[in-house]
Amino acid sequence: MKNIKSLLYLSIGFLTITSCSDDDPAPEPINEEEIITTFTATLVPQGGGTTITLQTRDLDGDGPNPPVVTVSDDLMPNSIYDGTIVLLNETETPAENITDEVEAEDEEHQFFYTVGGGLNANVEYANFDGNGNPLGTAFTLTTTASSSGTLAFTLRHEPTKPNSGLADAGGETDLAVTFSVTIQ
Amino acid sequence: MYLRYFLTVCAILTVTFGWSQDCNYTLSGKVLDFHDKKPLAGATLYIARLDSYAYTDLNGTYSFKNLCVGTYEVEVMHPECRTLIFPVEIKGRTKEDFLLEHHLEELDEVRVIGSIYADKTNSGLESRLSEKALLQNSGTSLGDAIKGLSGISSLNTGATIVKPAIHGLNGSRVLVLNDGVRMQDMEWGDEHAPNVDINAAGSITVIKGASALQYGGDAIGGVILMEQAFLPGTDTLYGKTVLNGFSNGRGGSISTDLTKVFRNDGFIRLQGSFKRLGDQESPDYILSNTGVSEKATTLEFGKRTLNWGIQGKYSFYDAEIAILRASHIGNIDDLIRSINSGEPEIIRPFTYDLQNPRQQVTHHLGKISAYKRFKGLGKWSAQYDFQQNRRKEYDVRRGELNDQASLDLELTTHSFSTDFKWDAAEKLDWTTGLMGRYQENFPNPATGVRRLIPDYERLELGAFVTGEYAFTPQWKLDAGLRYDFSRIDALKYYQTSRWEERGYDNEFSGIVLEDLGSQLLTNPVFTFKNFSGTTGVNYSSNNTTFLRFNYSLAQRAPNPSELFSDGLHHSAARIELGDLRIKSETSHKISASFERRLQNWGFTLEPYANFLTNFILLEPTGLEFTIRGAFPVWSYRQTDARLLGIDASAYANWHRNWRTEHQVSLVKGKDLSQDLALINMPPVNFRNKLDFLQKEWHDFEISLISDLVLRQNEVPPNIVVFSPEQQEDVVLEINTPPPAYHLLGLSSSADFSLGTSSRLTTSLTVSNLLNSSFRDYLNRQRFFADGLGRNIQLQFIIHY
Repeated sequence: MKNIKSLLYLSIGFLTITSCSDDDPAPEPINEEEIITTFTATLVPQGGGTTITLQTRDLDGDGPNPPVVTVSDDLMPNSIYDGTIVLLNETETPAENITDEVEAEDEEHQFFYTVGGGLNANVEYANFDGNGNPLGTAFTLTTTASSSGTLAFTLRHEPTKPNSGLADAGGETDLAVTFSVTIQ
Repeated sequence: MYLRYFLTVCAILTVTFGWSQDCNYTLSGKVLDFHDKKPLAGATLYIARLDSYAYTDLNGTYSFKNLCVGTYEVEVMHPECRTLIFPVEIKGRTKEDFLLEHHLEELDEVRVIGSIYADKTNSGLESRLSEKALLQNSGTSLGDAIKGLSGISSLNTGATIVKPAIHGLNGSRVLVLNDGVRMQDMEWGDEHAPNVDINAAGSITVIKGASALQYGGDAIGGVILMEQAFLPGTDTLYGKTVLNGFSNGRGGSISTDLTKVFRNDGFIRLQGSFKRLGDQESPDYILSNTGVSEKATTLEFGKRTLNWGIQGKYSFYDAEIAILRASHIGNIDDLIRSINSGEPEIIRPFTYDLQNPRQQVTHHLGKISAYKRFKGLGKWSAQYDFQQNRRKEYDVRRGELNDQASLDLELTTHSFSTDFKWDAAEKLDWTTGLMGRYQENFPNPATGVRRLIPDYERLELGAFVTGEYAFTPQWKLDAGLRYDFSRIDALKYYQTSRWEERGYDNEFSGIVLEDLGSQLLTNPVFTFKNFSGTTGVNYSSNNTTFLRFNYSLAQRAPNPSELFSDGLHHSAARIELGDLRIKSETSHKISASFERRLQNWGFTLEPYANFLTNFILLEPTGLEFTIRGAFPVWSYRQTDARLLGIDASAYANWHRNWRTEHQVSLVKGKDLSQDLALINMPPVNFRNKLDFLQKEWHDFEISLISDLVLRQNEVPPNIVVFSPEQQEDVVLEINTPPPAYHLLGLSSSADFSLGTSSRLTTSLTVSNLLNSSFRDYLNRQRFFADGLGRNIQLQFIIHY
């Protein structure tokens, strides 16, 4: 019985020691290093005119708030636009430019453009990876007759390259954004 | 078999010679049970020096005649006890009583080998893995090894991450006891398998339910007991080496152990295992990135005598498991594409490389335990154990981040437990015990990914009392009560938007420590007080008919994942959300068992019903949009649920050489509040086995095994999601069950003796003999790839 008693003391002692360590310093906050919060496509018309920006911004990442989508203006018919894409992580200060990372790993990334809903437009790749396969952070967009529809951008990580489009590209989606666009 | 070993090993007698001329003395007395002082009839006493035997009568009385003055060594043997040698000094007419350990626990194990039930509980449902099956599974995992037992299934992530499920329940509802230590290895995650090496276990018993209160009050699913092999005799050195080669995965494993038992009952045991597999294969394609590398070692030493024992142990487990590359996806469209394509998107040539996504886990376990027996009273035991579990999960990431784990958790646990077993009374045995546990989780912030599980400290205290009363030799009653207290104190960052979306800003505003704008530092502290209890009755007649009936009440405090989960799971393309409001869940389980065990045939029927209140489940509740696209949100929710099931098994010895075994398990789970089927319930499955045995041909045995798994027709409905790629709502067939499948297996083995003390067992096992393509409902990778194709396993076991 003596053993039991000493054991009890031991266990009580043990529990008091271990339960007193509540004064831990606060853990440091983590800002997601990888997340893309902001997608901006800037469309500059060849031969002058209004520059159009298409932007999607989701500052809480995988949090509950949906991305905020803005289209600065309508596109002009029968025009050619030079497009560039910028990806930012704005949870960090200053914001981190993720386009640089994507371009550094150009063989493992590819943008895809999907024109939908009757929009009279066509998008072509304007930059390529080291193997001559499309990368797509730069593109040209050609509009024809007035119309409205959607323009979607998809970024795939580790797609099969070359491919004939989203359907056989595989890989995993890093970004998928859709804009409602009007040409007039 | 062990018994025979016992009696032969204990034969060495050292005799100290006395000196005398007078040889007319007698030695007489009784042989008694150490615990309750009951006389032991039928004991044999042997004095080697004189080559003289005596036997005890019904009163336990013996006598020797014609002894000389001096010291003799008397060897006392009884079929149910460990043989002991007592030195006795003869100075005249001498009286001496000998005490033998009649309840020697290890003997329980001897008794049940080959039978369906073990004696871990009186009235609970139990299954034990035979020693042979354990060895045969040496190259697999705990989950795979016990899957063949009735009522046991598993939730898999691929073929290598196998999470055992008992009567349809897994995770925190299934306790894994590794040599008396309750594993603390982040069992809360669906893709976390127990971090144990089955080669370190001497036996594995599964208790299907919460009837073994000494291990914990929260075993709503049940308990898996991995126990050390029994230490035979004294002054021996023995061991074994198991070699496995696998065709599927093009790899193998080796495991070896060596035990030395000294003359003074001290012992030391060393065990080590290594396993390496490359990419595994389905019948039609390589499952790219499914290799595994596993290392484990155990060192154990101590001293075990009749009256007391002390032992120390250290074990280390390290596993690196690659996860099917095609199962790592970006958003809901990727998932839809995978489900529709029917073939993994990424199939590469075979490799041994373990690439991302992969898991890397290490587990350290140390323990010190001791026991002491008190004559006529019982046995006191105490144990301290330390565990450290480190889990790193690597995702496919951009740039340098690819070498940085996305999840990096370190879980440290100290436990202390003590109990006293009162076994002196003839009809009543009871045990009472206390447990204290302190646990700390540290999520490494270097991941650059918000913590899935926060920093926390948890304190647990438990106390229990259990008892068994034998009314008659046939009828035994048991009852037990347990109280558990647990307190979890966490420091967690919430995204401000999530905090508000969950409505925590109203209910939990008091726990916010700091507001960083987009994030809030909070300090959730929760206390849970749980009661559990069990009672049951066991009837056994003539060793042929057994009846068991048991009621168990179990309560389980929510685990950290259920409370705090908050983030995106790439492996499932879903956002998982815990809930700070979650309370303990309660289970009322009634189980019964009816068993007939005859010479040529036998059967077991085990129906059960489990009524759960506040059952915690994870289910799809909505959709959230991010810049990556849409993700289904899975939230933890509490509901009332009911599980009804039956396990049936039978065997028949048709002929001296032919035997068949049959088994069927059925369980139906229902969410009572919503009148829906519960997710992840095992489908009805049948296992039939045809055995041919020929003892004369080196114990040759060949078996054909058929596993039929029906389609799970009771599943929750699929969810409708908006696909940004298709610009419309689509049905996400996340709950659609795969069709039924049938797998054949073949297994054969033979024994060869190598000299006097060594033995070689060889076996050849083929699983999925017909190379059938199938997908299993309980495999989380069923959306991406087929299950394993044919696997030929060649095994050599050398006992020495």
